[in-house]
Amino acid sequence: MRAAVFLTTFLASTVEVIEMVIIVVGVGATRGWRSTIVGSAGGFAVLAVLVVGLGAALVAIPIGILRLVIGTLLLAFGIQWYRKGVMRVAARGFAGVAGIPVTEEAEWAGAGMDWTAFALAFKGVLLEGLEIAIIVVSFGVAAKELGLAAVGGISALVLIGGIGLALRGPVTRIPRSVLQLIVGVMLTTFGSFWALEGLGVNWPAGDGAIPGLLVWYLGTALLYITLERRRLLGFQARA
Amino acid sequence: MERIWSWLYAFGRFWYGFIIGDDWTLAATVAVGLVLTAVLNARGFVAWWMVPVLVIVAVGVSLRRASHAHSRVAA
Repeated sequence: MRAAVFLTTFLASTVEVIEMVIIVVGVGATRGWRSTIVGSAGGFAVLAVLVVGLGAALVAIPIGILRLVIGTLLLAFGIQWYRKGVMRVAARGFAGVAGIPVTEEAEWAGAGMDWTAFALAFKGVLLEGLEIAIIVVSFGVAAKELGLAAVGGISALVLIGGIGLALRGPVTRIPRSVLQLIVGVMLTTFGSFWALEGLGVNWPAGDGAIPGLLVWYLGTALLYITLERRRLLGFQARA
Repeated sequence: MERIWSWLYAFGRFWYGFIIGDDWTLAATVAVGLVLTAVLNARGFVAWWMVPVLVIVAVGVSLRRASHAHSRVAA
């Protein structure tokens, strides 16, 4: 029974942590790490206050409304990066992916805080962290093994977070235009999923709809890139 | 007072850039898609496909518009 509680909370939390790490690593690599890390830390701080303050009452948080609000914001922002990513990759191709260096302007080059990176990381960490906390509390209280369930959730966070940290270097080497497209596709995917979940819509296959949405948005992006490149090449040939 | 106004302006500009960005039709499509999905879902229709379809249509139209604008400027 104890092993089952640990394994269940670990696996369920792992799914949520993967989503959190994808957003944080993607935003950090695209817009810079400082603001992303501060945003993530802010998300964890609010999460810690909620967990300590509410304890087992966490399950009463209206997670549906949070999913709708955060999902809508991520979708509205993600769709812009999706469009920009398509335009930039169509203009430059996938130059840089094969190790050929390309010169690209940074998404954020200011001296102060990049509030966009802060907000994206903050929202991703807070929503996913809350979902992990609710999973831990629900399983833990039901099985009367709250401590063990917490260990399962924290283990997932440490393990997947560590993998994300290790991937930081390789991800940073991807050209910004390609990275912007990838992060745009991911934010649009998670934004669509969470916003509709918040509305009470049942996705076919539950969380399994996320890979399906990824394939849908990525496939369409590649189609748009092909069409844009054809148009650009035709325009250059005419000029 | 001026400081408060400048902070409010910066705050508003940040959220405008975050939600609306370069093309307001994308944010409007998201809003319309979510409202339509909520209405259809409340009436018992299967509506999960609505937002993913509207999103790619809106991006396609926006890209087309940007391409035409770019062609006109280049010509």
